[in-house]
Amino acid sequence: MRQFAELIKTLDSTNKTTLKVEALTKYFNNAPDRDKVWTIAILSHRRPPRPVNTTLMRLWASEIANIPLWLFEESYHIVGDLAETIALVIPPSSASSEKSLSQFLQEIIDLKPKSEEEKKEYLKENWLSLNYYERFVFTKLITGSFRIGVSQKLMTRALSKATDIDEDILAYKMMGDWNAAKTTYTKLILEENEEDFLSKPYPFYLAYAIEDQPEDLGDVNQWSAEHKWDGIRSQVIIRNNELFVWSRGEELVTDKYPEFEKFVGVIPNGTVIDGEILPFPKGEIGTFKDLQTRIGRKTVSKNLLKKTPVILKAYDVLEWHGEDIRQKAFKDRRAILEKLYTEVKSDGLPLHLSHTIQFKSWEEAAEERERSREVKSEGLMLKRLDSPYLVGRKKGDWWKWKVDPLTIDAVLTYAMRGHGRRSNLFTDYTFGLWDEKKEELVTFAKAYSGLTDAEFRKLDAWIKKNTLERFGPVRSVTPHHVFEVAFEGIAESKRHKSGVATRFPRILRWRTDKKIEEANTLEDLKALIP
Amino acid sequence: MKTPLLAFNDKGIYCAQADVYLDPWRPVDKAIISHGHADHSRWGHKKYITQHSNIPIIKYRLGDINVSGKDWSETFTINNVKFSFHPAGHIIGSAQIRVEYKGEVWVFTGDYKTEDDGVATPYEPVKCHTFITECTFGLPAFKWQPQDEVFAEINNWWQQNQSDGRTSVIFGYSLGKAQRLLKYLDTSIGKIYTHGAIENMTEVLRPQLEMPKTTRITRDIKKEEIKGNIVVAPPSAHGTPWIKKMVPYVTASASGWMTFRGARRRRAIDRGFVLSDHCDWQGLLSSIKETGAEKIICTHGYTDIFSRYLREIGYDARTEQTQYEEENAEQTSKPEDE
Repeated sequence: MRQFAELIKTLDSTNKTTLKVEALTKYFNNAPDRDKVWTIAILSHRRPPRPVNTTLMRLWASEIANIPLWLFEESYHIVGDLAETIALVIPPSSASSEKSLSQFLQEIIDLKPKSEEEKKEYLKENWLSLNYYERFVFTKLITGSFRIGVSQKLMTRALSKATDIDEDILAYKMMGDWNAAKTTYTKLILEENEEDFLSKPYPFYLAYAIEDQPEDLGDVNQWSAEHKWDGIRSQVIIRNNELFVWSRGEELVTDKYPEFEKFVGVIPNGTVIDGEILPFPKGEIGTFKDLQTRIGRKTVSKNLLKKTPVILKAYDVLEWHGEDIRQKAFKDRRAILEKLYTEVKSDGLPLHLSHTIQFKSWEEAAEERERSREVKSEGLMLKRLDSPYLVGRKKGDWWKWKVDPLTIDAVLTYAMRGHGRRSNLFTDYTFGLWDEKKEELVTFAKAYSGLTDAEFRKLDAWIKKNTLERFGPVRSVTPHHVFEVAFEGIAESKRHKSGVATRFPRILRWRTDKKIEEANTLEDLKALIP
Repeated sequence: MKTPLLAFNDKGIYCAQADVYLDPWRPVDKAIISHGHADHSRWGHKKYITQHSNIPIIKYRLGDINVSGKDWSETFTINNVKFSFHPAGHIIGSAQIRVEYKGEVWVFTGDYKTEDDGVATPYEPVKCHTFITECTFGLPAFKWQPQDEVFAEINNWWQQNQSDGRTSVIFGYSLGKAQRLLKYLDTSIGKIYTHGAIENMTEVLRPQLEMPKTTRITRDIKKEEIKGNIVVAPPSAHGTPWIKKMVPYVTASASGWMTFRGARRRRAIDRGFVLSDHCDWQGLLSSIKETGAEKIICTHGYTDIFSRYLREIGYDARTEQTQYEEENAEQTSKPEDE
């Protein structure tokens, strides 16, 4: 544990990527193999299930710190991180544990079925006997998400330096559904083992948003365009007469989409298709809201399958006849995909092709982009015809060219403290629009992003001075500031007070030039519903 | 209802009986000043009364003002109200202001800390009936380590950076924190360089304080000369072109706010040292207890939370609005840094 806590402390003590990679590499060179596996698991968000709920943890921590629960909660709102709050309020200790990281994790796994008393005893003992950083790390292992400014990409880079294995290969090895308690470092990272690869997807190639004008991309004839569909980016794998469906979040979601079982026996073994899962009610593409009825369900009822079936809109093929063809040019991969599609397509098969378009000019492309909302896409994807399928988010060969978002001018009404980097800073905002009589502001969206750090600081200071009421971490503020809020989609909703649900709301601009009377009304917003 | 001895109005903390203000935020005729930070000793009063050590600081900042100095515990009387200054331990010269009239005693802390930092005259609890306290760090999450431990970490950090071929840049307020840092930096490691704002303030304080030699960073100072040494700069210097001269450098901040990982990460500072010139949670609670006061008034900081807790443990506590800079994790500079 000491070694891992030291690593976290070092990573925490620098803002420089090179120093972070250096620290991680050193760790991967020196730590015991068992700990390495767990470190990889934790930094790629594969922690064991939480053995104690956080309500109990808060209660116990406040007891041990000898402070009332409300005071613990207030402190938590301000600190912004539960593990950090617990580590801070409990009386300090300078002890350090001899136990290894993997021992701690095994104990945490074993803790889950135990009684409440045993759990409390276990937490108390460790909280009181670890120094600040070890206590913080220990608690973080229990509460979850380890966001410490280390991306999976950065970890992969360090691991590559420590092992001399190529980064892309490591990224591939670390994908999918593996369990740190059951695998070993040799098996996961060092060994090549064909069978393990049966269910493994390839790392997704992700595009950046286009920065300037598409004209800057050069000759339009070198580019293929297609619509950017708004569903769940996925890889569908057919190997050895088995189906595997992976979402972009590296989640195995095969069971959620039983209609894809139809691919087995139709699509040849040794095929991996990159595509988008889209809702397809009434024989046409639905909205993302339709798809949400499917995302949350672990088991899918017959009724739901009938009401909201899904299809796979195929973009690309990454493996063909068992061979990794990611290095082939996009146009060649597409030729394979299109041939496959023509051969297997049938009415009952939920496979659709995302059609590519070749434009004669960028103006023509821009016109097609304008049609995106009509065809229920988010805009266009531009892919260089000779591009290989790369790993991760890379610039150059693929670009997303989304339609401009819808926007509305709204008034800031509530603010809440953020978490992590934004702890103790009011960065989570609620926005309102005027009702019919222009008397009251009706809440319509929350947004967390879109301002610069300097703007956040300025607004934070203003909020602290202009608070009307406090409700725990939330404050209502004097209506004064107008913001241009952007969003991707809009639909009617019974669940929202405003009667409208927006998708991906975020702040586009701080309209310091506008008074609250000039903000939009709810009617203006409703007029945007297609 | 009788008039309270001290009342909060739009100009400051007012003593009607003596017709004077304590640390007023708007211009008044007569101001009794707790310490030299800009939010407590403001511009524009006709007469200033303060503890002797503050005079050079206030004159340096505000120019030729009408100011009279008092000794620690020296009682001066205005219209039968007795006033005296008692050490607050916050920065050099920082005082609590004791006010007594007809046997009733109020104490206003200004800003204070309980740990003896070897720079400021150490805090002394003063018995009173009503205690007006700051609570900048009035949350149980704040617990300070003894400063010896913190300075050992700071000096280790400097040493490590030096062996990595990097310059150390540490940020602290130019009045108070900077001199505390200077006093304890280990000059056997290397030389100490200063930003102009800090050098100016330090020069003002040298007659009163023993501090190691410092070198002002001017245009003539060569980049190579600074390498591996330490630079003390005000927080406002972070992210400005001035700092480019220190490349390759590592940054640190010394502040109570560095308790929060988020506060440090947000400001893109490499290392945070938790070193504060205010009381931590226990420091606030123990000093309140030592005053013997039953009535507590919380001025700046986490006032609502802190006073609610005080009420729960049996004090008659409330909050009052003041205009002392609510020092917070987002603030990058105090006005005197500019």
